[in-house]
Amino acid sequence: MGTSPYGSRRAKNLVAQALAVLATIFGLFWLVWILWTTFSKGLGSLNLALFTQMTPPPGETGGMLNAFFGSVVMSLLGIAFGAPIGVLAGTYLAEYSQKSWIGETVRFVNDILLSAPSIVLGLFVYTLVVAQMGHFSALAGAIALAFIVLPVVVRTTDEMLRLVPSQMREAALSLGVPQWKVIVQVLYRASLPGIVTGILLALARISGETAPLLFTALNNQYWTTDILAPMANVPVVIFQYAMSPYDSWHTLAWAGAFILTLFVLVVSLAARAIVSRNKIVHD
Amino acid sequence: MNAAALPASADTRNTRDTATDRGFRGLVTAAGMLVLVALGAAAFSMLWGGRAAFGKFGLGFLWSGTWDPVGQQFGALVSIYGTVVSALIAMIIAVPVSFGIAMFLTEIAPKWMRGPVGTAIELLAGIPSIIYGMWGLFVLVPVLAEHVYPWVDAHMGQWPLIGTLFAGPPLGLGMLTAGLVLAIMVIPFIASVMREVFLTVPGRLKESSYALGSTRWEVVWDVVLPYTRSAVLGGIFLGLGRALGETMAVTFVLGNAHELTASLLMPGNSIAATIANEFSEADSEMYRSSLIALGFVLFLVTFVVLAIARLMLRQLDKREGN
Repeated sequence: MGTSPYGSRRAKNLVAQALAVLATIFGLFWLVWILWTTFSKGLGSLNLALFTQMTPPPGETGGMLNAFFGSVVMSLLGIAFGAPIGVLAGTYLAEYSQKSWIGETVRFVNDILLSAPSIVLGLFVYTLVVAQMGHFSALAGAIALAFIVLPVVVRTTDEMLRLVPSQMREAALSLGVPQWKVIVQVLYRASLPGIVTGILLALARISGETAPLLFTALNNQYWTTDILAPMANVPVVIFQYAMSPYDSWHTLAWAGAFILTLFVLVVSLAARAIVSRNKIVHD
Repeated sequence: MNAAALPASADTRNTRDTATDRGFRGLVTAAGMLVLVALGAAAFSMLWGGRAAFGKFGLGFLWSGTWDPVGQQFGALVSIYGTVVSALIAMIIAVPVSFGIAMFLTEIAPKWMRGPVGTAIELLAGIPSIIYGMWGLFVLVPVLAEHVYPWVDAHMGQWPLIGTLFAGPPLGLGMLTAGLVLAIMVIPFIASVMREVFLTVPGRLKESSYALGSTRWEVVWDVVLPYTRSAVLGGIFLGLGRALGETMAVTFVLGNAHELTASLLMPGNSIAATIANEFSEADSEMYRSSLIALGFVLFLVTFVVLAIARLMLRQLDKREGN
């Protein structure tokens, strides 16, 4: 049987398919393991104090209220700085650059920025802002996050605008509507779900970013609302607590990791839901 | 009378619209240029921040193995070595696995299964890297140290030629662990790029091959892969770029040791891990400048890798356009 040419081809095919199935199981295995660890360790360390108390010194009980607050503030500021510029730059690529070399270069550079290591962006903002101001600050952290938001939003806005049928532009332009009004009142409205998805994806990405905040916002053991001062944030607190030798800090780090993972998963699933619902409408 | 008023009002509206149009065009063009400026400024600022280190050590910074904060002597060799080796280990594991996943999701799995499994794999990409790091340190490292590395040391450590790579104390921390965690992190990226480009292969090509009696494996290997070769390589380079620059996950499991060792079971360091570990405690100007200079080196390397990736991915886009 093995001697017939078809037999060996079939055997090879079976082996390849079995390996492909194994590879998929291998990939899913880690996902399940990581999520299970985070959820089981995190759920065990959840309590009300987590949301009502400040980060404690080693050995004492406490929560992460200041860190949650700092993360929310910096993520929202990062979106507020990065998203509008991203939408405008995406509009430039889709509506104005018209396949010119400069437009292609911007698109290319944006793609590189999209996957550039976030630690590099952190160092960039350190020399740009922190070194000039002379101290770490939440503002610098937000700027670093904005540089991560920017390419994500540029990319999705560009793609979503190009998906809008050109008949829509032509219909509006033929009525004598100026181009900026066509873009703001027709094209943005048509591609709004896509642009919102891009912003949600950016939010999911920055809420877990640690490296850029290490050099910009740093950390703060106390409650502060001053964005010109160092501010606590969830990822850096998790990093500091997990690397410490104290058990009480490890427990808090797991609780923070649980909340962070849950948040990121919910936001990315929401972004997906918007995309798929919108697709059905278009079909 | 109306005829006289109408052109005048239309005229002012026209001028106003033209002015706003020009303003809007200027605004979006400026935003687009900001993207270009951001990348240039990032490169320049790190070159500027690292000028003290580059000035003192010259190009020798790249191949000096000393990292001595007390004696103010800094060299990047150990970090560069760690970055490259851990990323290579990650690619050796991740590339075949990603290919298998992409093949499963496009050719083998029943239709109802493709969506959910694809989503699950992509969710793996969304988990923050610090979670991978924590899980690696608290869960994976003890398992490897107790159950896997003693066996690796005893058996693979005896192999001729490459045995020294696998011989060493079973600490659990080190290059091999970092490579494994990185592989888990980049698999979803490479797999989803591969899946997407596999889906661009025209159905008639695959159907022709099936009609001639090809098996699924032959269709994937002889039709799908040649058609998408450049984009698949692009996806692999995209994963490599990510593995080279990944920080938090690696920082937890590398062990932070500034020594060159042949064994993959020994602790090491990478560019990103060195910066993340030491930046806040860098007390002298030269120390901080050396860390920023390391960042500049990382920036250059990832820029080249990512540029190659994007150029290769673009080739498929062009063909699709035809």
